[in-house]
Amino acid sequence: MKILVPVKRVVDYNVKVRVKPDQSGVDLANVKMSMNPFCEIAVEEAIRLKEAGKADEIVVVSIGPQQAQETIRTALAMGADRGILVTAEGRVEPLAVAKILAKIVEEESPDLVVLGKQAIDDDANQTGQMLGALLDWPQGTFASKVELDGGNVTVTREIDGGLQTIKLDGPAIVTTDLRLNEPRYASLPNIMKAKRKPIDTKTPEDYGVDISPRLEVVKVTEPPKREAGIKVESVAQLVDKLKNEAGVL
Amino acid sequence: MTVLVIAEHDNKSLNDATRAAVTAASKIGGDIHVLVAGKGASGVAEAAGKLDGVAKVLHADADHLEHPMAESLAALVLSLADGYDAILSPATTTGKNFMPRVAAKLDVMQISDITAVESADTFVRPIYAGNAMMTVKSTDAKKVITVRGTTFEKAGDGGSASVESVDAPAGPFKSAFVSEELAKSDRPELTAAKIVISGGRGMASGDNFHLLDKIADKLNAAVGASRAAVDAGFVPNDYQVGQTGKVVAPELYIAVGISGAIQHLAGMKDSKVIVAINKDEEAPIFSVADYGLVADLFKALPELDEELAKAGY
Ligand SMILES: Cc1cc2nc3c(=O)[nH]c(=O)nc-3n(C[C@H](O)[C@H](O)[C@H](O)COP(=O)(O)OP(=O)(O)OC[C@H]3O[C@@H](n4cnc5c(N)ncnc54)[C@H](O)[C@@H]3O)c2cc1C
Ligand SMILES: Cc1cc2nc3c(=O)[nH]c(=O)nc-3n(C[C@H](O)[C@H](O)[C@H](O)COP(=O)(O)OP(=O)(O)OC[C@H]3O[C@@H](n4cnc5c(N)ncnc54)[C@H](O)[C@@H]3O)c2cc1C
Repeated sequence: MKILVPVKRVVDYNVKVRVKPDQSGVDLANVKMSMNPFCEIAVEEAIRLKEAGKADEIVVVSIGPQQAQETIRTALAMGADRGILVTAEGRVEPLAVAKILAKIVEEESPDLVVLGKQAIDDDANQTGQMLGALLDWPQGTFASKVELDGGNVTVTREIDGGLQTIKLDGPAIVTTDLRLNEPRYASLPNIMKAKRKPIDTKTPEDYGVDISPRLEVVKVTEPPKREAGIKVESVAQLVDKLKNEAGVL
Repeated sequence: MTVLVIAEHDNKSLNDATRAAVTAASKIGGDIHVLVAGKGASGVAEAAGKLDGVAKVLHADADHLEHPMAESLAALVLSLADGYDAILSPATTTGKNFMPRVAAKLDVMQISDITAVESADTFVRPIYAGNAMMTVKSTDAKKVITVRGTTFEKAGDGGSASVESVDAPAGPFKSAFVSEELAKSDRPELTAAKIVISGGRGMASGDNFHLLDKIADKLNAAVGASRAAVDAGFVPNDYQVGQTGKVVAPELYIAVGISGAIQHLAGMKDSKVIVAINKDEEAPIFSVADYGLVADLFKALPELDEELAKAGY
């Protein structure tokens, strides 16, 4: 059984991004970049399935600038087996990412594709579902538990009202939610070993996919700013203010 | 121009997120149709017909539509898509699940979680945990859009549209519903409540959430939580407010023992009034709070309970 894990290089979750003064986007110069946290969870899940003897190969893919190779190396150091880097500059939208991934699935024939539920930069929450549609594969999104049983995948999903369990007839797509697992840190020996693991470099043209964006960014602006209010001295004063000043009680 | 809104419901009633999506549809312009897919949900279809601005309701009734599953819902919407210029759904876990499948099959780039409609092809959506707002213009012929429920008014009940039956593709589908564990609560739903009181890691245990429950019961408030509180197992996942949880915008949001990480702020900073109770006066949550109380929550919450009782709650 082979697992494919797409991983995305994004602004580190600790960074508070700034909008560029010319409103063309956010300033990503000299900003710390990391693997999208939900993708880390996806890599971890694949490794655990391999460690449990349920999978034998993990292939990671990233679509992005040359530096996305570092993100692939991180996944290889965690325990993935090999990587595919599809180099693309600028904005690559989920639809284009999903089309490239669909071609890679055709070539690699994995039994399971595990993705993050959303990337924390664009917060689109689409790629896995789009890939599912393009392949006509079933999907288990926002997974907090994944069980493999022969060709079937049972997924427990975090939904608005609580939890839902569904059964998928594989091959299938899974997207990860926060509580699926806690990703490991790569050890130094594994980081060294990862340097020798193979990474193939490709381009969108190799897969015949047109990545021109469908959405034109008109502008990127600051959200409305919220000013800090006052500090109250006591609970009694708080209740008084909420009642008589804010009028919300 | 005709817009299709996919209704969300539990086969009994329409939710507020659907009402917000109908309002967003009215800002795009043209005729609005609403699709109600379910099992035994004719009451919901009738209710959808009463929504302001709705011209027609399409009702699909089938056993396999009892629970909203991505594959079957996407197949149904795709079977109707030819007649529409835009397809909208609430940006809930249901909408987020099936809509990208519809978009991909139509070869359209979905516009996720919009907070404003600028024109029929231009929309505003938050990116980077709401630290930036992006205005995007879609060049696709059909628009596929999910709508953030908290930023649009809820459509009222002034309409009188007719209900028409439609057939749902029967599959076969490769995914099947097994079971559901839904939270039961007499309190209002988190995303619809006028008052929300949330607890964080500072609550120290799940048992201590009863301190919040007591106050919530007095105020008819919903109870929420930070990711840290959910991860620690104090409360279930459906309590999580934030970038990767639920987005709320109540009249009053009370954050207790929550530090104010950007991911949490992303889910609540559009609340009208924000109160923070935290023992660390440097906590970032105070930078967005209208009223901050620097105090130990284990002292402040019982006091708040008492003061509310004094005030007649
Ligand atoms: C104003 C603006 C400017 C931007 N500029 C740039 C830029 O200069 N360069 C740039 O690279 N991006 C840029 N982006 C980001 C790019 O537009 C987004 O990556 C794209 O829209 C995808 O959305 P998402 O990642 O949120 O998808 P989601 O659907 O939220 O992603 C979910 C999952 O899909 C998988 N996935 C998604 N994308 C990839 C990928 N590329 N490779 C492998 N797996 C993936 C991952 O498993 C991920 O967890 C910009 C975004 C904005 C808003
Ligand atoms: C990919 C990703 C997604 C995330 N998504 C979300 C999300 O959707 N929602 C979310 O909330 N977080 C999210 N987070 C996590 C976020 O970064 C923070 O870790 C989290 O919000 C912290 O929760 P907290 O404020 O409860 O805990 P802490 O940051 O530990 O803060 C606890 C606070 O309680 C105070 N306190 C402690 N004891 C007391 C007391 N007795 N009385 C008064 N105050 C007290 C402390 O002073 C402190 O300020 C995400 C993180 C990542 C990486």
